[in-house]
Amino acid sequence: MFDDLRDLYQEVIFDHNRNPRNFRVMDNADRKVEGFNPLCGDRLTLFLKMNGDVIEEASFQGSGCAISTASVSLMTEIIQGKTEAEAKQLFKKFHEMTTGKDEHFNLEAIGKLAVLAGVREYPARVKCATLAWHTLDAALKNEQQSISTE
Amino acid sequence: MTGFDVNKIRQDFPILAEKIRNKPLVYLDNAATCQKPQAVIDSIVHLYSHDYANVHRGVHTLSVRSTDLFESARTKVKDFINARGDKEIIFVKGATEAINLVAQTYGKANIHSGDEIIITAMEHHSNIVPWQMLCEQTGAILKVAPINLQGELIYAEFEKLLNDKTKLISVVHMSNALGTINPVKQIIGAAHARNIPVLLDGAQAIPHMTVDVQELDCDFYVFSGHKLYGPTGVGVLYGKQALLEAMPPYQGGGDMIRKVTFTETEYNTLPYKFEAGTPDIAGVVALGAAIDYLTAIGMENIAAYEAELLAYATEKALAIKGLRIIGEAQHKGAILSFVLDKIHPHDIGTMLDSLGIAIRAGHHCAMPVMDFYQVPATARASFAMYNTKTEIDVLMNGITSLIEVFG
Repeated sequence: MFDDLRDLYQEVIFDHNRNPRNFRVMDNADRKVEGFNPLCGDRLTLFLKMNGDVIEEASFQGSGCAISTASVSLMTEIIQGKTEAEAKQLFKKFHEMTTGKDEHFNLEAIGKLAVLAGVREYPARVKCATLAWHTLDAALKNEQQSISTE
Repeated sequence: MTGFDVNKIRQDFPILAEKIRNKPLVYLDNAATCQKPQAVIDSIVHLYSHDYANVHRGVHTLSVRSTDLFESARTKVKDFINARGDKEIIFVKGATEAINLVAQTYGKANIHSGDEIIITAMEHHSNIVPWQMLCEQTGAILKVAPINLQGELIYAEFEKLLNDKTKLISVVHMSNALGTINPVKQIIGAAHARNIPVLLDGAQAIPHMTVDVQELDCDFYVFSGHKLYGPTGVGVLYGKQALLEAMPPYQGGGDMIRKVTFTETEYNTLPYKFEAGTPDIAGVVALGAAIDYLTAIGMENIAAYEAELLAYATEKALAIKGLRIIGEAQHKGAILSFVLDKIHPHDIGTMLDSLGIAIRAGHHCAMPVMDFYQVPATARASFAMYNTKTEIDVLMNGITSLIEVFG
């Protein structure tokens, strides 16, 4: 019935939505930033444990749609062990992929995150996918206040 | 019902023949804005093709024609809501501007530090923020009458808020997020017993029921044209003449003046005092066409048909496991707001869109209502006179299937 949506709602996304990874409050976090999408009410808190400029641990709390939950869940997995510079580079690539400006974007280069490429076709849902990354960006800049997609 | 034929009505709305993602459009976002009948579309084309010039200006033929059409639309609005006269009908951009107008003119002139304004917990942001701004400017206090879990105003609590400091009550006639129809006559009765004026936000109510401002005895009534099958960019402020006469103007400019020198300006009479600048001429004319169209069908027929639709949709929705209706007031308009267990409204919206079904997913510009129900957002199907039971079946099948997919 929902054949048209297969690119957007891939099984990996349903999986992360049902069982989000790293879904917990981190008491000893070095960085804690709240992300908010006022348009749809998605809200998440991202926690980072740093070791120098390496992200040692990442976790999150919050509620959102399947796209935003899967996106933040995947992100917390993928950024662990990455340096700040590497994480920022990933954000840049992720942003390029989801906004779809580059037609020749190499999906293989972004690994697991490629499952979120489907949002390119759904402009109303791009922000659901990027909220996690904007929140990470703020956390890496050590901005303690909450950030908003608007 | 006398001669209400939904299939005939559907033929009048060209957009209903559109295919969305290769499926027939099922348009259930009418509380956000509703679609336009051919008569409204034609009236705009006809005006610009044959009768258009600026209004209230020149002596030339087209200006006279345009002015006549514009002013006859005002009379249509007056008759539609049964105002006493054309002077009580002010054309604005929409319900939002109308509320801001009252806040910044009547409010600034009559509401002072320590005075109180009462709204309800189910207001749209457009009936919250203008009053917050006024309170910030004047030092007045905004009081909020609570609602119960069914989404109904707790009338006894509302009444307790009334006191000698209350200077204005501004209440939604029908809630856009919950569908609740408020006991506005009772509210107005209690307010008038204390000489407190009442503004009714009729943006949602106006397309669903007969509105008679004399019978309601409200002091102000506001609505938007685009929710009444008319175009965007035009709305109406109704006000009792004596109140409007006493109010200072809203914006300064052309049309709202009688005489201007560099030392003083004499303002125009009602309704022009509040209509500075060239108005949305085509919008007003097309709103008149929408009113003609609705009057021919009969608001009481529309109300009866929509009540049937809502009852049918509610019954079907309650049969879906994991679906919770948000807003179960006894007295309710054709809006079905709901949430599903573990499925976010945005996912519901995208999934249903792939089936050609347009619903709203979000906070409906009523964030305090979402907070009250402790949900980030709801999915909302809102019905209009052109919707059918078949479309409701399509919606409910869609919901059932997406619950399966999410598992």
